[in-house]
Amino acid sequence: MITYEKLVQMSLEQRAILEERLLKEDKIEIKDGFIVLKGDYYKEQIRIALKNCGIIDPGNIEEYIALDGYKSLARALIEETPIKIIEQISESNLRGRGGAGFPTGRKWNEAYKTLSDQKYFICNADEGDPGAFMDRSILENDPHSVLEGMAIGGYAIGSNQGYIYVRAEYPMAVKKLRIAIKQAKEYGLLGDNILGTGFNFDIELRLGSGAFVCGEGTALIESIEGKRGMPRNKKARTSHKGLYQQPTILNNVETIACVPVILQRGTEWFKNIGTEKSTGTKVFALVGKVEKAGLVEVPMGMPLRNIINDIGGGVQDGKALKAVQTGGPSGGCIPVSLMDTPVDFESLDKIGSIIGSGGMVVMDENTCMVDIARFFLEFTVDESCGKCTPCRVGNKRMLEILTMITNGTAELHHIEDLKEIAEVIAETSLCGLGQTAPNPVLSTLNYFYDEYLTHVKDKKCPAGVCQALITYSIDEKCIGCTKCVKVCPTSCISGNKKEQHEIDQNLCVVCGACFEICPVSAIRKG
Amino acid sequence: MDFKFDIEKNMEKVRCLETFIEKNRQVPGVLIPVLQEAQGLFGYLAREVMEIIARGLDVPVSKVFGVATYYTQFTFMPKGENDISICLGTACYVKGAQEILEEVQNILGIKDGETTPDLKFSITSTRCVGDCSLAPVVLVNDDIYPNVNKKEVKDIIAKYKVEVECYDHL
Repeated sequence: MITYEKLVQMSLEQRAILEERLLKEDKIEIKDGFIVLKGDYYKEQIRIALKNCGIIDPGNIEEYIALDGYKSLARALIEETPIKIIEQISESNLRGRGGAGFPTGRKWNEAYKTLSDQKYFICNADEGDPGAFMDRSILENDPHSVLEGMAIGGYAIGSNQGYIYVRAEYPMAVKKLRIAIKQAKEYGLLGDNILGTGFNFDIELRLGSGAFVCGEGTALIESIEGKRGMPRNKKARTSHKGLYQQPTILNNVETIACVPVILQRGTEWFKNIGTEKSTGTKVFALVGKVEKAGLVEVPMGMPLRNIINDIGGGVQDGKALKAVQTGGPSGGCIPVSLMDTPVDFESLDKIGSIIGSGGMVVMDENTCMVDIARFFLEFTVDESCGKCTPCRVGNKRMLEILTMITNGTAELHHIEDLKEIAEVIAETSLCGLGQTAPNPVLSTLNYFYDEYLTHVKDKKCPAGVCQALITYSIDEKCIGCTKCVKVCPTSCISGNKKEQHEIDQNLCVVCGACFEICPVSAIRKG
Repeated sequence: MDFKFDIEKNMEKVRCLETFIEKNRQVPGVLIPVLQEAQGLFGYLAREVMEIIARGLDVPVSKVFGVATYYTQFTFMPKGENDISICLGTACYVKGAQEILEEVQNILGIKDGETTPDLKFSITSTRCVGDCSLAPVVLVNDDIYPNVNKKEVKDIIAKYKVEVECYDHL
């Protein structure tokens, strides 16, 4: 069993060893006494949730301890009362990083005040938003920060049992967590009588089974209980009646990873980062058609443009930026004209998108916004649990209309229908999945209305994505090499050797084979 | 396609499953972990296996069916020796994952979610695997192929089966 004194001493010894290893690898620099990753990519970033990622060996608890790991837990257990911890978290204004942005301190306080013999603390690691992978990164590269944060949370609300609900698609994260839990137990930092203080806290892993809606709190709880993961009617908050009808706290991985750091460095320090209402940092998965894709952690309130250009290095292949999609299937598409919007909970909400779990997908001129709306709707229809009618039926109707638009069979009134259905679904669905499902449609209708019109009226897809609306033609660049004639499956290309060829539009099946093989880019798509 | 589950041939695995159920039946909410264990053992959930689970946990078969069919991870058809997963997350999608899926389907002559009759290959389109910075991503079993383009698909599949040509419908 480890004591507080031993922990501090171990931290000192291990830090020296760690620093020596890291300096040898030449990946890091020491800034104000803190180890940070070197390089331009990290210059504009402030790393709180990701502070140890890429620095420590996640399989070695001693390296986590070297960077002040488990000190916050130790101090909390020895020096602080639960209510003092909750006050600090409330004071820091930490808000849920899973999407909704609910104040963490207020949530904890609710569970703290509810009397019960058994309370639960659950870490929501069911990161299902396509295009987001920050939770996976934290779990794989710094699992102990999640365990420590959970133990602190458990102590604060009076719980001795934690669960981590991880996606089954993340086998490596599960493996790293298993090792971390085992190590923490060996060191007496989890399990019975932690650090000799008499506080018990155990963590059990539960694997998701590929249902996106299980990221919703009550659906996740149903799933842990071994049922179909369908959201409950919200008669009571989960902090009053959650898992097995007991007070339960559900926090996202990133939120939990922030907790030990806030207690370590103080609420004032945390509040000075970010904006007044959205404090601290947020991790974004900057992906899609961006030059340097990856995870970035920046202060809340940084303008979108800075994230994409200064950190991400701008759009790939020098193409024009068209939109940025944030918040996954619950979020919206932000057009170029709004690139100066600061990224925080309030600002994104105002322009019809959300921070969500932090997916940030960059789209260029070759992305069709109607097709993207259809892509997300397809996702939602697939993942809707079917419990409430607006989501189950409404989304299906929207998908049908969007499919008609993308294959050129829609009429003008369909756009109006789409809008009306979207509004009804948003207002009347039971859970967050349904309420936010129309966001991709509403935001693209709002900012890219012309693109919808072009699809419906002119039967054209300006981005050249929607197969049914594309035509291929050959321009004067053609050198008559006949390569396209050979690959065409319907033999619809004709012309003399060394002269410009022609495509018979009546026979063309728009397979794109000629487009790909043409050595001089003479095939025009549009 | 019909695949017959041979309980006699699988007796050893059935015993493993029964032991697992016996050991954990008191754990609250254990049905899903049991289903995961079963799928790990047999590769898929045959009707007969779900009936064994229902008996072991003393719950109606309908409940086991209900839960198993709700989650996409559970499959009721055996997967191929090599399971090809194509990530259809947003980042992969905007970088052309749909084309890659179509190419795999064309080469193997089966649709997404199906298994080749010789049980060599199956195709599973998956939601985001969380490797978005390497999009588009294809997984064959546990091997990750990053930044895949349509032209590489054939070579990737060929690595797992020399006589890939026989599937070629193009």
